[in-house]
Amino acid sequence: MLSRSIRRGVVVAIALLIAAPLSALAQGDYRYPIVDRWVSTVVGTPSQIKAPLPPADSIPLRKRRVTVFPDRDMPEALWYDGKMLYTVALQKQDAAPVMFLIAGTGASHNGSKNLMMARAFYEQGYHVVSLSSPTWPNFVGSASSTGVPGHVFKDAEDLYRAMEVAWNDARGRRTATSYSLVGYSLGGLNAAFVAHLDSQRKTFDFERVLLINPPVNLYNSISLLDRMIKNIPGGEDNFDVFFNDVMRVFSDIYKREQDDVGFSDDFLVKVFQARQPKDEELAALIGLAFRMSSGSMIFTTDVITDYGFIKPKGYTIDMYESLTPYRQVAYRIGFTDFYHEFFYPFYADEYPGMSRDDFIETMGLSSITDFLREADNIFVMHNMDDVILAPGEINYFPAVFGDRAKIYPWGGHLGNMEYIENVAHMVGVFK
Amino acid sequence: MKTPMIHALLRLCLILPLLGLAACSSTPQGDLTAYPEPTYSHERLVPEDIAERDLQAEIYDPWEGMNKRIYNFNYKFDRTVFIPVTNAWGRYVPGFAKKGVSNFFNNIRDVRTLVNSILQLKAEKAAQATGRVMVNSTVGLLGLIDVATNMDIPRPNEDFGQTLGHWGVGKGPYLVLPFLGPSNLRDGIGFLPDAYLQTELYGGFLAAPLRSTIWVFDSIDTRSQVPFRYYETGSVFEYETVRWLYSVKRDLDVEK
Repeated sequence: MLSRSIRRGVVVAIALLIAAPLSALAQGDYRYPIVDRWVSTVVGTPSQIKAPLPPADSIPLRKRRVTVFPDRDMPEALWYDGKMLYTVALQKQDAAPVMFLIAGTGASHNGSKNLMMARAFYEQGYHVVSLSSPTWPNFVGSASSTGVPGHVFKDAEDLYRAMEVAWNDARGRRTATSYSLVGYSLGGLNAAFVAHLDSQRKTFDFERVLLINPPVNLYNSISLLDRMIKNIPGGEDNFDVFFNDVMRVFSDIYKREQDDVGFSDDFLVKVFQARQPKDEELAALIGLAFRMSSGSMIFTTDVITDYGFIKPKGYTIDMYESLTPYRQVAYRIGFTDFYHEFFYPFYADEYPGMSRDDFIETMGLSSITDFLREADNIFVMHNMDDVILAPGEINYFPAVFGDRAKIYPWGGHLGNMEYIENVAHMVGVFK
Repeated sequence: MKTPMIHALLRLCLILPLLGLAACSSTPQGDLTAYPEPTYSHERLVPEDIAERDLQAEIYDPWEGMNKRIYNFNYKFDRTVFIPVTNAWGRYVPGFAKKGVSNFFNNIRDVRTLVNSILQLKAEKAAQATGRVMVNSTVGLLGLIDVATNMDIPRPNEDFGQTLGHWGVGKGPYLVLPFLGPSNLRDGIGFLPDAYLQTELYGGFLAAPLRSTIWVFDSIDTRSQVPFRYYETGSVFEYETVRWLYSVKRDLDVEK
């Protein structure tokens, strides 16, 4: 088993050696090897060229639960999500800078990307407090004031409260010498608005804030992600068929394995090598993954608000009831449908006279552009070929952030986030 | 049966399906027609042939109500007992000791694979498992060191549930077992001879005082190797996704 993975490593390494000089020739000296935006987004960073960081079990990562809203009654169907889950890693000495982390869409406080950042910043001497995305069902249930995530200003308030509650819950005898913040993907957009809020409230008075691959405008990005699922052969109606096909590919490769392997990263690489998927298939796969997490979020939101979107209004779902019919509906609803028929009507009353288009424009970085232009403690890392940005949107970052924006020539959406050079830059921003 | 815990578990396995039939065999479903139609109703959005399309819904689960009760029990047991204990195990036991314990139990599990490979007339797997057990039980000091893996001997996995499946026994209804988690009627029954074999082997390997507590370490080792945490997958539909993934994996394991 060991030598087989070494052999595989050699194959990958050779492939990388061939690819790297080519890409270096093409543009500057950036050596992240995957230049296809879809492949990088799905595959990420091959383990051989990931930044060397202390392993997760060598740092004191602790998962904790804390009550954010003491008086909240959870609906029966979501009885287990009353407390907010988060992850913390505290330095041995009392006084240290604090780093808050915010995950991307549908990702949790202990997802692989947040844990990677936690390892990196713990190594740099930070007390690390890692939070889930406001779109993660547990956050929606336990820490969202409205139960309807996606509202950039309200999500920022919820996150701000969650950060205060989590740090007070975890700190014990520790003290913070300063506070900083990183968010990736939607968490990057969230981080910008949290920084904006902090400029008024000053509870944390952030030393530095870093946004990694954030969307510019929420609606533009979810539209792109919604459209990716249309790459499914035969269209969106073939959701189930495509899903089954994907599973069949996995199954065939699983059956050929002699060892009893689980569904690990190595396994994904194998699937990839065996199948050599086309870009359209990869786009469909990204769309599928997004659909599954947005489906969970939308259903959670519907149950908490009793809005009557998927579940009939007034009906209480029993703790032991089958959720199959709701899942079948939830997986068929695009995020844009949710946006127009739930999200916008839900908040529209608070913005009298504002058109739908203006509302969409408000839910993006452009509504705090002046703040971002002047805030010399806010930095950005992004990729020219990020798949969640509409054409031209990438130009927003150098235009507004100037030298505080680092734009890589390729890397897709977060594909290069764990790459050795990217992690070095990420950590370097805070020095 | 040497240990009270396994004994109790085995008994539960036998009783549960009966309980299910008697007590909570069906899923309660309120009368939805009494409520206003939601924006996106099932009728409006989901194609009529969904039953043929949606493989996730295909898993036979007539005891869903009971299964969910046990699922929730497992979640609570996990949170209050199992995970705190495995966390302490992970934190305070030195790495080489954990590895040794893992290897020891894996060696016992290889015996299970060996027996079941023979029962399925799978010569290659039987040979691999035999090679592993022989090497690891001797050079590997009763299984404490996994020499066989370093020698590149593949590690197949066969159990009695797979043996039953191999000879054409269907999965039967989905079944969540207390403490153990996802299963089905066939695999639940298949667990009995495997557990019996394992307990007998402990008897052969270990001195009497160790024998009675060995299942504790077996459970801790097994749980430590499964990163899954109940209700933390981020999917509201976790119960059925787990149900489906388990069933798919078992089908594949039987075919393998």
